[in-house]
Amino acid sequence: MSKTVKNISIASQEHNDLNGTQRAGIALGLIGLFIMTLALLNVEFPNKGYWLAGSITAIFSGIVLYSNSFYLNRVEGISNNHVWTSSLTSRGTVAYAIGLILTSFYVVLYWFPQYLGLSSEEGAANTGIVSFFDPLSLLLNGKPASQWFVYGTLYTIAIVGLGYKFILKYRHNKYQLVRTISIMFFQLGFAFLIPEILEKLNPEKAYFAKDIKNMWPLNYYFFDEWHLKNMINGGNLGLFMLIFGVALIFIISPILTYFYGKRWYCSWVCGCGGLAETAGDSFRQLSDKSEKAWKIERWMIHTVLVLAFVSTIAVIFTFLTNNPDMSFITKDQFVWGIVIFLGVFTTALYVFKRKDMDADAIYTMLSLVAIMVIAILMNYFSGNQNIFFVDSYKLREWYGFAIGAAFSGVIGVGFYPILGNRVWCRFGCPMAAILGLQQRLFSKFRITTNGGQCISCGNCSTYCEMGIDVRSYAQKGENIVRSSCVGCGICSAVCPRGVLKLENDTPAGRINSNEILLGNDVDLMDLINQK
Amino acid sequence: MEHIVIIGNGISGVTLARHIRKRSDAKISIISAETNYFFSRTALMYVFMGHMKFEHTQPYENDFWKKNNINLIHKKVSEVFPKEKSLLLDGNTVITFDKLVIATGSKPNKFGWPGQDLEGVTGLYFKQDLENLEKWAPTTKRAVIVGGGLIGIELAEMMRARNIEVTFLVREDSFWNGVLPKGESQMINRHIKEHHIDLRLSTGLKEIIADENGRTKAIITDKDETIECQIVGLTAGVSPNIDFLKTSGIELGRGVKVNRFLETNFKDIYAIGDCAEQHEGIGERRPIEAVWYTGRMMGESLAQTLTGNPMEYKPGHWFNSAKFLDIEYQTYGWVWAKEKENETHFYWEHKGGKKAIRIAFDTESRRFLGINTFGIRMRHEFFDKVLTDQQSVDYVIENLAAANFDPEFYTSHKKEIQIEFTKQCVGLKNESL
Repeated sequence: MSKTVKNISIASQEHNDLNGTQRAGIALGLIGLFIMTLALLNVEFPNKGYWLAGSITAIFSGIVLYSNSFYLNRVEGISNNHVWTSSLTSRGTVAYAIGLILTSFYVVLYWFPQYLGLSSEEGAANTGIVSFFDPLSLLLNGKPASQWFVYGTLYTIAIVGLGYKFILKYRHNKYQLVRTISIMFFQLGFAFLIPEILEKLNPEKAYFAKDIKNMWPLNYYFFDEWHLKNMINGGNLGLFMLIFGVALIFIISPILTYFYGKRWYCSWVCGCGGLAETAGDSFRQLSDKSEKAWKIERWMIHTVLVLAFVSTIAVIFTFLTNNPDMSFITKDQFVWGIVIFLGVFTTALYVFKRKDMDADAIYTMLSLVAIMVIAILMNYFSGNQNIFFVDSYKLREWYGFAIGAAFSGVIGVGFYPILGNRVWCRFGCPMAAILGLQQRLFSKFRITTNGGQCISCGNCSTYCEMGIDVRSYAQKGENIVRSSCVGCGICSAVCPRGVLKLENDTPAGRINSNEILLGNDVDLMDLINQK
Repeated sequence: MEHIVIIGNGISGVTLARHIRKRSDAKISIISAETNYFFSRTALMYVFMGHMKFEHTQPYENDFWKKNNINLIHKKVSEVFPKEKSLLLDGNTVITFDKLVIATGSKPNKFGWPGQDLEGVTGLYFKQDLENLEKWAPTTKRAVIVGGGLIGIELAEMMRARNIEVTFLVREDSFWNGVLPKGESQMINRHIKEHHIDLRLSTGLKEIIADENGRTKAIITDKDETIECQIVGLTAGVSPNIDFLKTSGIELGRGVKVNRFLETNFKDIYAIGDCAEQHEGIGERRPIEAVWYTGRMMGESLAQTLTGNPMEYKPGHWFNSAKFLDIEYQTYGWVWAKEKENETHFYWEHKGGKKAIRIAFDTESRRFLGINTFGIRMRHEFFDKVLTDQQSVDYVIENLAAANFDPEFYTSHKKEIQIEFTKQCVGLKNESL
């Protein structure tokens, strides 16, 4: 099949040339981006507010114009034509070009913000694209824009704009509709508008995170000394954020995961997931489905899990050592509390859930044991600031650099067009393993396989953004109960035979495995399956 | 060690090999002239449309076969010698077997149309068909598809995905109406036209015409209309792919004749899948069933027999599924195109014209016989149990929510269907509903 014609159209259409409206839409969107690029290159616009509003409007209208013309003119249904022949969506030149632009953007954002126009001197005015966003920033939070404000705004534009495109593409599928509206809502409201407005209402308070859905350990600095102090000193709002943040991890999240699976977070609420599902939708087929990739995934997320826990324990340990007056527990109580909690939890896991564990769950259990051991060692071999002779804040910094920035941004988003849209969620997210364990062992959620209807076509596996070989379960009539499943529902949507259904049902019989598929003689099924 | 040789690496042969391996250490060889590795034939269309790459249609990673010690031979079987228990490969290599399983599937029907072997004429069955279509598509303005069945509509969808104009010749006066009752069939007619496919009902093919280079230039219909086209898809059904067995002495009908143990007239030689022909159809089934699922089930059953647990092929309740462009179709139990004498059909169609269900039941006993469902997914397990327990149609209508398999948040049409059912099919005797 060497005879595939390569093209470089953005619209992933090989033989369907874009019509006039679609071209106009793309042009309009590019004009919006171009204005921002000019700002980046230090072009000084008069009436910045109008130009900023104009460029954002142009981007949105471009997306709307393009999507309406592209999707509303065709019959409702799966529209994956030419995905594997278009340059953008099959790792062609366009894909590499966009990957390069995104990657460089992240590198500049994290390590060279001065190129975006951030003033390198304290108090001096910003220039470039950072100052271009001042009018919006002043409006929302009362302060001039920072590089993070620019990033947050662009991020939100991407989710809301391309979320609209996603909705049109899947307009026949109500699950996708509801889920995407949820994602757009949480990004626009909880991640963007509300924190900015809270910032404006509390101008005198030192910074702490105000996006309540961005929970630890995804928000890796939540338990850092400065952040804890700022929250504790942050009045009612600060205390609320602290208490809600802790409750979210230990109470709310396990309960929601029990009822709905980890999808309640990963593909309905989370910002990382939000960008992946909307802006990243065109790249979901690029995830690697091989068993080898699954092994790498297992090693990586558990390494990240251990790092996230250990580095957090380390900073809390240091915080408690340095500020015994700000807390009601001592560092000994803290460390032993964690050890006892993890000890009881893993023992219970082993005793009650051994049978349901797959390799993923076993790795997670062993990771928890490793965290326990390291915590004990830490207590006996560390000074105030030094954890195993490494400064705990250095450890933190390294974690922040490697996971928080390099992985989540540069690779996680920058490599969307090459490695797929969920690289970060799959290989790097510090929550992945923990939510995954809950989903595998303590949840009602599963993807049910519809008896013997599977024809092994492979659409489900191809379009699984998490790289799960869905077909390998479906063709055996087995339910899909995988730690990594984020419940996006696309496997079910693209299945041509109605084989897959995401549902929450009784935990009994959820993890099943049929030797013989439904449809064959009942006696044969009984004979084989009850052996 | 016993050597089990399987000819054909489709779903039947591969299912068989996998299940034998679970129960036995016998030496297993799978021979295929088509491809190195098993792939899902039903997914070829998605490769052409760009939804998938060919490798995505392969359900197992390439090292799976080695890991499971299944020997793959990429050669063509020229001849079978049952008495010598041997095979001739590519006309030059002889291998021997202890047990032989023929699982060679089907080939597209050709009815002796003039021009049926021209360049530009193809079925949609083999991987090679896909390669040909890829080759011809860039220079094709119009394709004519002959034969209104499941493969025909898939081929039409493929062509439309590449913006190729399609004329769809259907001999019957409505799409697939040998199987689908009128309501459903007409719904699909409308959907075909919605996709800008030029549907010609009650029209057949008379002749395919070549240009000066021997390439397809046009066709002539049985109404003597000439339609210019560069591709002709022949999708008028399939028949068993068994030409290589003609001189073997194995009993052949349209397919390879087998008994209920899937055994041919030779001990230790079996046939499964599309190419197997039962001496008599099982239940309401036809003697030859060219369906993915039956192939798989024969593989599951025969694996038992070949590993010391002789087991008849006893398919359970009939089920099938397909997708007509954007409309999904599932069926459980038997729904005939025309009601049989003792049957009543209940039909409901959504006002949007893309969802419908039809339930067949016994008029006297009200026993549920089967369901066709379009645009609404239904649970296999539910209907399998209903059929086994011989539940009534009223039970099914009452429990439509439990039967539903649509994704979450989908609009339920349960109420509407129940009201319609009461109107159509509930007499004074059954006021309880």
